[in-house]
Amino acid sequence: MVTKFTPKLGNILMLALAALWLVPLLWMTVTAFRPRHAALSGLFSLDFTLANFATVWSAAPFATYYFNTILIVVCVFAVQMLTASMAAFAFARVTFAGSSIVFLLFLVQIMIPADVLIFPNYNVLKQLSLLDTKLGIMLPFLASAFGIFLLRQVFKTIPAELEEAALIEGCSKWQVLWRIYFPLARPTYVAFALVSISYQWNNFLWPLIITNSVENRPLTVGLSIFAQSFEIGVQWTEVSAATLLVITPLLLIFLVFQRQFIESFMHSGIK
Amino acid sequence: MKRTRPWLLLISKMKASLRRNGFAWLLLLPSLLFLLLFTFYPILLTLRLSLFQADLSAPEPVFTGLDNYRTMFQDEVFHKVMSNNVLFALGTVPLGIALALLMAVFANKALHGRGFMRSAFFYPTLIPMIAVANIWLFIYTPEYGFMSRVLSWFGVNDINWLGTPGLVMWAMILMIIWKEAGFFMIFYLAGLQNISKELYEAAHVDGVSRFTVFRRITFPLLMPTTLFVSIVALTNAYKLVDHLMIMTRGGPNNSSNLLLYYIYETAFSFWDQGMASALTVVMIAVLLLIAAVQFFGLDRRIHYN
Repeated sequence: MVTKFTPKLGNILMLALAALWLVPLLWMTVTAFRPRHAALSGLFSLDFTLANFATVWSAAPFATYYFNTILIVVCVFAVQMLTASMAAFAFARVTFAGSSIVFLLFLVQIMIPADVLIFPNYNVLKQLSLLDTKLGIMLPFLASAFGIFLLRQVFKTIPAELEEAALIEGCSKWQVLWRIYFPLARPTYVAFALVSISYQWNNFLWPLIITNSVENRPLTVGLSIFAQSFEIGVQWTEVSAATLLVITPLLLIFLVFQRQFIESFMHSGIK
Repeated sequence: MKRTRPWLLLISKMKASLRRNGFAWLLLLPSLLFLLLFTFYPILLTLRLSLFQADLSAPEPVFTGLDNYRTMFQDEVFHKVMSNNVLFALGTVPLGIALALLMAVFANKALHGRGFMRSAFFYPTLIPMIAVANIWLFIYTPEYGFMSRVLSWFGVNDINWLGTPGLVMWAMILMIIWKEAGFFMIFYLAGLQNISKELYEAAHVDGVSRFTVFRRITFPLLMPTTLFVSIVALTNAYKLVDHLMIMTRGGPNNSSNLLLYYIYETAFSFWDQGMASALTVVMIAVLLLIAAVQFFGLDRRIHYN
């Protein structure tokens, strides 16, 4: 195992594994662009078509689904950024009574995420009369313990002298937070944004449970309803096209920010 | 004058401390509000409702003590679901973590195709589980699916992956490893960056073999990462159920059913709210147990940088 050739051989094997990892995406992409008979025949042919996308777009209100998902993703992240920054600042830079207890309370949210509290949270939402609303989809996620821990870690690495200097110059505590901590932690906000956005974009079970009208459904729920409206084994081309429509925006964002995302994750001190 | 000074100092100190505390609590207030409303209040709500009979035959919940729990422990489906979940965790967690570590080591300093490797391994993380389920449903479909076609080149007979009770769980485990390994890789990449280069240089000077370096330096120093990742992976094993909605609905014969999906069915298909609450309490207990074991059991054996 310990020869000079191991790194090269290992590298080749890992490249092969990476290629294998791409197979599901390629398989689906190819299927989405093929006429049905060609997709099912399994023989090689050069038949490609855009008809599947046209069918999908007219068969289900994907434009509404898109709008809802984008609205949810943007609102949740904007609020999370605000609430998490504030809490992280308190944990990182203010000594106050009860900080360790509150910190523990937030740890519980990491251990028992909202995903598993679907039934009790449904009851809470019913009590608030917010069933079947977009606000209801967002509410349980507006405070993010993950975001708080992530930002707290970075805020701690920012030298306290910067803050002291700003306070002497007459900045208020709020101005310090927005003018010093916020810009200096930007790479971490990028990582947090991608995690939060992909999480909300992909969230399914919760919106499935609490929505029952088209106007409030996000993409994931719309896609599952679309996929299940066919009998098993047919219409694979349309389902593939619809799936591609749902995942492409995220994949594009990732490709654009790939380097920044992975690097900021690596330097953000998550261990 | 001199005698009053310490008092004034104390008062001004108290004022400062009060202002500091007030400031901190003000900063925490919005997060705390959501945390209490959507984590702690629902937990209490569940604990209470789990002691009631609240189903379609009981329009007003009736207090029944531990009846729901008694019924639950005698329920065969519950036993099946719990053992499925353990199998699912045992199948996905160690293998997923080992693969993630391997990916990270190579994607950290590969000679060729570093960016390609990182993207290829990571992209499944970004795709919604519902989309993954659609893709893999097609991959596993008999006759037309990718698996069937590849296996037919090797002369293997058509296998109905999702329709065979003994196979469906393994098909799910394979899919989840594909989806998750790249996510864990990111954390290992971060961990690798935090190991000081001097350690490697010293080992290199001493002529230590690569495998020994990995075993004696890299792996022990990555233990905090492994702890973190294994908590996330184990929690996920109880959290990931979206795929069941599309692929199997827990079948055939409950052989792919998992606890959270069973909660969903009990609550929203059968409308047995008391039982759904009791099941949720079990879920909470399992998650807290995982966290406790990890924190108190493993933490002592970890080497920190």
